[in-house]
Amino acid sequence: MTDQNPFSNPVSGVRNTGLSRRGFLRGVGATGAAAAGASLLAACGSDGDTDTDTGGSDEKILNFANWPLYIDTKRVDGVKAYPTLEAFEEQTGIQVNYSEPVNDNEEYFAKVRPVLAANKDVGVDSFVLTDWMASKLINLTWLEELDKSNIPNWENITSALKEPTFDPNRDYSLPWQSGVTGIAYDSSVTGEVASITDLFTNPDLNGAITVLKEMRDTMGLILLDQGADPADFTPDEWGSALEALSAAKDSGQIRQFTGNNYAQLLAQRTIAACVAWSGDVIQLQFDNPDIKFLIPEAGGMLWSDNMLIPINAQHKANAEAWMNHYYDPKVAAELAAWVNYICPVDGAQEELAKTDPDLAENPLIFPTPAELDQLAIFKALNDEEETQYADDFQSIAV
Amino acid sequence: MSAAPAPGVGAKAPADDSARPVGQSRWTPYALLSPGLLWLSVFLVVTTIMLLPMSLSSGRAFSGDGTFSFDWQFANYADAWTQYVVDTPIFQKSLIYALIATVLTLVIAYPLAYTIAFKAGRWKNFLLVLVIAPFFTSFLLRTNAWQTILVDTGPVVSFMEASGMLSVFHAINTPDSWPSWAQIFPEGLSAENRVLATPLAVIIGLAYNFLPFMTLPLYASLERIDVRLIEAATDLYSSAWTAFRKVTFPLSLPGVVAGTLLTFIPAAGDPVNPALLGSTSDALMGNAIDAQFKATGNYPLAAALSVLLMVVIVAMVAVYVRRAGTEELV
Repeated sequence: MTDQNPFSNPVSGVRNTGLSRRGFLRGVGATGAAAAGASLLAACGSDGDTDTDTGGSDEKILNFANWPLYIDTKRVDGVKAYPTLEAFEEQTGIQVNYSEPVNDNEEYFAKVRPVLAANKDVGVDSFVLTDWMASKLINLTWLEELDKSNIPNWENITSALKEPTFDPNRDYSLPWQSGVTGIAYDSSVTGEVASITDLFTNPDLNGAITVLKEMRDTMGLILLDQGADPADFTPDEWGSALEALSAAKDSGQIRQFTGNNYAQLLAQRTIAACVAWSGDVIQLQFDNPDIKFLIPEAGGMLWSDNMLIPINAQHKANAEAWMNHYYDPKVAAELAAWVNYICPVDGAQEELAKTDPDLAENPLIFPTPAELDQLAIFKALNDEEETQYADDFQSIAV
Repeated sequence: MSAAPAPGVGAKAPADDSARPVGQSRWTPYALLSPGLLWLSVFLVVTTIMLLPMSLSSGRAFSGDGTFSFDWQFANYADAWTQYVVDTPIFQKSLIYALIATVLTLVIAYPLAYTIAFKAGRWKNFLLVLVIAPFFTSFLLRTNAWQTILVDTGPVVSFMEASGMLSVFHAINTPDSWPSWAQIFPEGLSAENRVLATPLAVIIGLAYNFLPFMTLPLYASLERIDVRLIEAATDLYSSAWTAFRKVTFPLSLPGVVAGTLLTFIPAAGDPVNPALLGSTSDALMGNAIDAQFKATGNYPLAAALSVLLMVVIVAMVAVYVRRAGTEELV
């Protein structure tokens, strides 16, 4: 049960998401797992559209694109080192060109769109994008199907993430890290803000809350609050969720629709509560323990950042080897110990317990299955729905 | 964004001096102009022209195959009109916020430029450096700083509230009886107890950010005025005020026109100040274009909005410049 304990109380459920990959620090994200591996033999693409010219090369190289601060690092003699990445290089002999160009799903999409639309190679063998963007790329058929025989470890994926509606068999995507969207509030300014209804209607919070510009995060929480399931809702339910949002805007309750900047507003007490990504809140709590994060009893939104292989990737098999590497519980544990997000790999908790039992008990990194079940994933949208929902939401958000 | 910082404004027409200095090829002016022309044509003209077909295309970046087809979709303009002019007055707000900010900037910058031009003596250069000093930090950072300056519990807002200023600003609103397209300030220019996330904060931010663009052209105009003209006016028994009204101000008009254009045009399309300082109701055209481009992937609508904004601004500027009657800008 996700009780409503603030994040700071580690006993409750899932609250942990990672540091702010999306956050103002652009924080933590997932590292990109680059694909590594098996390029040795497999390179000829087990399936999908490997074009003749790019059909993959045998080079032991992997180009991987991730969000900033999303992989374990340490300083060795003043030089930045990547322990899990280097272990991969050592084991497979594949050289990883790890880059961090992904700051924003839409922005990265805008960069690769023309190249993928022209059926060309984007120069990256794997990149990391959030569920809904992964879903779009799948619909656009711009992703290579994963060859699971190269990724035997994929079976370790935690059950809550195994069958998302946008990719029911995980044919195209594997989560790098996951996180939660819930409510953050400043306990020195307001009492517990336990639900979206409370957030939207409590007169003490008038003009002192923000919600996220991300349609799925904000609308998902409202749908849950109204008893609907974000993974499967009716047009009526959508309509009434929109009304709730619109009413909160019109009443002046919602001060702004924000991206990452809510963290700053919360920190300087310009706002008292907001829809937030838990990872950002962990960051804020370092400076201000009064800031709490909770998952409403009605549920929170679970999202993942997924490793994906674009069409015409030159080193597909290497990318798959990389995925396999990061789904090894030992490696996942090492990564989880550094990144504060929810670890998508079963068995990592046990591995981490061997080296750092305290951290392994942290529900913010390893929520229980029951806690995970309390979270919802937004349903996959077809073109028509995507267009309509985005327009509906945008007509209120701007 | 305010896409075309006015083609006609920045690019000064080549003065066709018939009295060409001896020994200069007639091609010299063209050679001198070519870097600027090349730059503008590649990065401004071509990209602006590319907007037109996009604004008449259909398709969404995030659905279908993510491509666009050009099929004379005039409906994009109809959508832009309905959504951003009729249903919500975002277009009108952009122009009015920018207009108020421009007037505010002019009121602040004129005395400043006047002082620097006529009264500063040896401090002149130092003061000019101070005017441009904000450019040494990023636009984003400076706008962010206003979030801290205007924070609800801070001294600035407390003072404004205690002195009754906020009540006055709050009282300035558009009556509920007005139709939706005229609801520019439905909740007042500011709230009763805060400035952030109100129109006032956006206007303050715009005025602040564009102040140097107003001050410098004004200074350039004022500084060139021949002081003997003002002396002549006072010799003829005009009061200081009349001398200013009849001599100084008219002579500084080119600076006023240039400064107001350099402020108004970018302000009308600026997405940063509304996003950081405004509320959900203070989104302006820059934000609308940004959202259509990024959040919904509706590039054609975003392009139509850009074209619309550009056309309206160019038309307004043309009328304004004609009215102001300044043949020689700057």
